[in-house]
Amino acid sequence: MTVLRETWIVFHRQMTLSLRNPTWSILMLSQPLLYLFLFGPLLKPITGQIAQGNDVNAYQVFIPGLIVQLGMFGAMFVGFALIAEYRAGVIEADRVTPASRIALLAGRVLRDVIVLVVQSLILIALSYPMGLRAPIGGVLLALVIVALLGATFASLSYSVALITKSEDALAPLLNGIAMPLLLSGILLPMSLGPTWLERLSDISPLKHIVEGVRALFRGDISSSTSMWGLFWVLLLTVIGLWSGARTFRKESA
Amino acid sequence: MMIEARGLVRTFKTKRGRGTNLVHAVQGVDLDVADGEIVGFLGPNGAGKTTTMRMLATLIKPTAGTATVAGCDLAEDPVGVRRRIGYVAQSGSTLPEAIAGDEVVAHARLYGVPKATAIARGQKLFDELDLPGMWRRQSKTLSGGQRRRLDIVMGLIHDPKLIFMDEPTTGLDPQARANLWEHIRGLRERGATIFLTTHYLDEADALCDRILVIDHGKIVASGTPEELKQQVSGDAVKLTLADASQVEMVSKIASSLPGATEAETDSNTVTFRIPQGGSVLPGLLRSIDLQGIELAGVEVHRPTLDDVFLTMTGRSLRDDTDTPPAAETETDTEKEAVTV
Repeated sequence: MTVLRETWIVFHRQMTLSLRNPTWSILMLSQPLLYLFLFGPLLKPITGQIAQGNDVNAYQVFIPGLIVQLGMFGAMFVGFALIAEYRAGVIEADRVTPASRIALLAGRVLRDVIVLVVQSLILIALSYPMGLRAPIGGVLLALVIVALLGATFASLSYSVALITKSEDALAPLLNGIAMPLLLSGILLPMSLGPTWLERLSDISPLKHIVEGVRALFRGDISSSTSMWGLFWVLLLTVIGLWSGARTFRKESA
Repeated sequence: MMIEARGLVRTFKTKRGRGTNLVHAVQGVDLDVADGEIVGFLGPNGAGKTTTMRMLATLIKPTAGTATVAGCDLAEDPVGVRRRIGYVAQSGSTLPEAIAGDEVVAHARLYGVPKATAIARGQKLFDELDLPGMWRRQSKTLSGGQRRRLDIVMGLIHDPKLIFMDEPTTGLDPQARANLWEHIRGLRERGATIFLTTHYLDEADALCDRILVIDHGKIVASGTPEELKQQVSGDAVKLTLADASQVEMVSKIASSLPGATEAETDSNTVTFRIPQGGSVLPGLLRSIDLQGIELAGVEVHRPTLDDVFLTMTGRSLRDDTDTPPAAETETDTEKEAVTV
């Protein structure tokens, strides 16, 4: 199919550009390690509180949150690269080709998703020796969720970048979105906090996604918690990709 | 016909404070470009050149009007248009950090050109466009002229029949400009049709078979550079007298010539404009001689496109290009623009 071929071409160009940049590669690989080694020690003292009677260890709670956060924040800021490409005339040069507008977006999103999955794999692999216990099936399904979440946020980020076309507008906008998202119990379970805060976080789909990933890491693959997580991430993905595709279509006639 | 456009209109909505403004960037443009022509779109910044070109290149939708570009209907078959045209934008086309050859190959593959063909064709174009040894270089390491030629390689990689170029030589030094003109003429020899915008008169004059003058979103004149110059102002003739007291007598003789206009006198010179100045001159000199008036000098200047522009629009093109704020108008409008 032409769209797939074109997506691959765009992906290949983006990936080559990223890999050729050594600073980018080092940052990409070291980011999960920093989280793991700098945040990890903070968890030890509160392991009991986090486990809340379940037979889990701190990493089973912490790592799902970390990879969801990685998927979200890693993808959220990709719009800046698109603005740089826009400035250099690359987006215009892409649009004047007969390539499908969807492919121009999808190829870029695919690069971001691959990066996130690689980062998550590194993170998970390194956590096993530190005490993570999680069934392989649950971990694989969790990676799918992270990939979908990354695709959602990357495509929204590109969409907003293409509409604003300015770093000055994009930066405060993304920061404004990022803050409430952190209140979804990503790093720490919301049940640690007061009831009103927990209720407030219930309205965030991200909370349910994180809870779902945690359930998967516990091995409760068919539990309603993990099913709801999957449901919400799929819904977000549909919304994200649809609006991204719409912007790429509209902005280029 | 390579391009046939009728009644193209583009209106932008811009937000200024609380209100919205309608900017009528292009207000009913008709244009025809034949196969193998180099046609120049001449006008000051903000005249609607880029907007018209972006419409014809499928980058923005016309608010009204129709066009057939390279044999495909602009509204019905934009993908068909994209397949057949090359577009060299003002803003460049490659990422500064990217390797020039990689960008060219990726671009070609988006047109469906197989990788091996893209490499072969790209390297050949690098040779032809004077970019030896640049294939593996980052595009930010290229000079301004080289980068412009790289943009042209990007626009030519799928062998388009029609090439749009938006201000191809803006920002280049005179030598690089002259060099680029050579390359553009070379493209036409390979059978391509070229439609370019410029606000440089010398460029339009030196390069184009035909010129369309656009101002305030409307085409105000069109023709070959020669036709435009003849049609408008005629040649400028300047007579310098040995005896300043005879200025009025000479001015009277000059004004009585059929077609003479804009006669002016200075201390010892008489200037006026007249069509076909070269053929009028012998007769004029004879009648001045018969009156016993002695001339110290005679000059005839062919009109420039700037004279054309001045006559057509009442302002000089040159004034406009020298004012930086005016240069920003068009880009600003487009950046903030929201489709109506």
